[in-house]
Amino acid sequence: MSANLIHLLIDSTLQTLYMVAISGLLGAVFGLPLGVYLATSRRGELLASPLINRGLGLVVNATRSIPFIILVVAIIPFTRMIAGTSIGTTAAIVPLTLAAIPFIARLVENAIREVDAGLIEAARAMGATPFQIIRKVLVPEALPAITLGMTLAAVSLIGFSAMVGAVGGEGLGDLGIRYGYQRFMPEVMLAVVVILIVLVQLVQSLGEWLARRVDRRAPRNRGH
Amino acid sequence: MTATGAAITFDGVGKAFPKRGGLVTALEGVSLDVPAGSVTGIIGRSGAGKSTLLRMVNGLEQPTAGTVTVGGRDVGRARGGDLRAIRREVGMIFQHFNLLSSRTVFDNVALPLEIAGTPRDALRARVRDLIERVELGPLADRYPAELSGGQKQRVGIARALATQPKVLLSDEATSALDPETTQTVLRLLADINRDLGLTILLITHEMAVVRDIASHVAVIEGGRIVEAGETYDIFARPQHPTTRSFLSGVTGVTLPAFIAGRLLPSAEGAAQEVIRITFAGDHATDPMLARLTSDLGIPVNILAGAVEEIGTRPFGNLLVSLPIGRAAEARAYLERHHLLTEVLGHVR
Repeated sequence: MSANLIHLLIDSTLQTLYMVAISGLLGAVFGLPLGVYLATSRRGELLASPLINRGLGLVVNATRSIPFIILVVAIIPFTRMIAGTSIGTTAAIVPLTLAAIPFIARLVENAIREVDAGLIEAARAMGATPFQIIRKVLVPEALPAITLGMTLAAVSLIGFSAMVGAVGGEGLGDLGIRYGYQRFMPEVMLAVVVILIVLVQLVQSLGEWLARRVDRRAPRNRGH
Repeated sequence: MTATGAAITFDGVGKAFPKRGGLVTALEGVSLDVPAGSVTGIIGRSGAGKSTLLRMVNGLEQPTAGTVTVGGRDVGRARGGDLRAIRREVGMIFQHFNLLSSRTVFDNVALPLEIAGTPRDALRARVRDLIERVELGPLADRYPAELSGGQKQRVGIARALATQPKVLLSDEATSALDPETTQTVLRLLADINRDLGLTILLITHEMAVVRDIASHVAVIEGGRIVEAGETYDIFARPQHPTTRSFLSGVTGVTLPAFIAGRLLPSAEGAAQEVIRITFAGDHATDPMLARLTSDLGIPVNILAGAVEEIGTRPFGNLLVSLPIGRAAEARAYLERHHLLTEVLGHVR
């Protein structure tokens, strides 16, 4: 494999990491509060407003049911509005973020709903406001599950990012298609696949390590 | 325990909630004063409504009829900031402790103070005091998962006391603990009641808890209070069948199996009558059985018995059998001397 190709592989890997990191971060910024709200606005919950909850749920489901490749091209005008262009790696962050938000929101919602109702009752009995309960009880107690959810989202984003070549987004997926497939360079395809496997492994291990670190639900060995 | 008025008043409290088109009544016409500085137990079976009643005191449940007053304030109609202010003056402990797994002992105890906006330095000093008070000093940096059930409940108690409440609610706080740990936790609650003059309202399904700690008790059945008063009086003179059935489990006096198996409901063909004699108050220590034999010449056969203390007052329970021909005479004699008798059955 030529030095040129190795360069391409390194660049593509960095581009993939860039897209996944930024869209994951933005997805979390919007998805986390949305997920918390989805969990707490259900009937009988802290911020109960079942109608808004139902409406938001529909929007989230609708977004999630659009195949990612369709979403990418369908929102091109929106992408241009946000990113100033509809082509390129930075522009690709827009559809990736848009796909990440509802996904992360649902994962966070599930994590929050798993928190023992007794803890919410205890906090209410202390005179906590709904916002205090969210900040001091729900989110910290759901953090191990939220961390694992974010890991899952990051892995999914790595997969999604392979499709943004369709709008001129670069990265590993695009490299694999253009060189490995269209230029019949199986060694590039193989390299892309190997790098993706390693990336996913690393993200998964990192996520699980973080989740274990924040999880205090089981006693920890207090060795030296 | 100088009771100066009521800390909590339930007045005609009812709770009904809609279910499958109809209304289910959880509580009806509950009126009860919880004396300030008392330890008051509400005892009932699961589903009797005791949990709903307890949760009305800090507004976790709202009554659909009547009023609940805490420290002179109507909890049922309080909302928003007013309700949260009342809640900060009412501590609560739970059967399953409800500690945050993500926080250390120290931070769990600190939570109510954080919520109340206590300044950092005051918070740290207060939390240290509380942790010492419940004897968990060396465990301040541990997480709940590393503690035993009794230790967790002591964290729960420290947390409930953090905002210096006037009332402590206990929701089956010892039901998940073994008997020995239960005693430790009950002793701690009794100490707190005495030292801080705190009113404790607890719910339980165990009469032993009431006997060990409560000065007052209310028995709840099917959403209504069927009997209420000072614990000693209720133990000495239970009126309602539910109360009696709760008591039979704790007085520690039951018929030996060989008699219980032969017990006949009717006197026909029987030679002996089996009765329960309850000694209470000043008469608990009188040698009444000896006098029954010496004054009337009636032979008494003791089957089982025990004298225990409720609060600091002696309380005795004896199961005896008497010749059936003279049983009525003996019971009249005992009643005349302020003992309570109850006919349990007959044996051949």
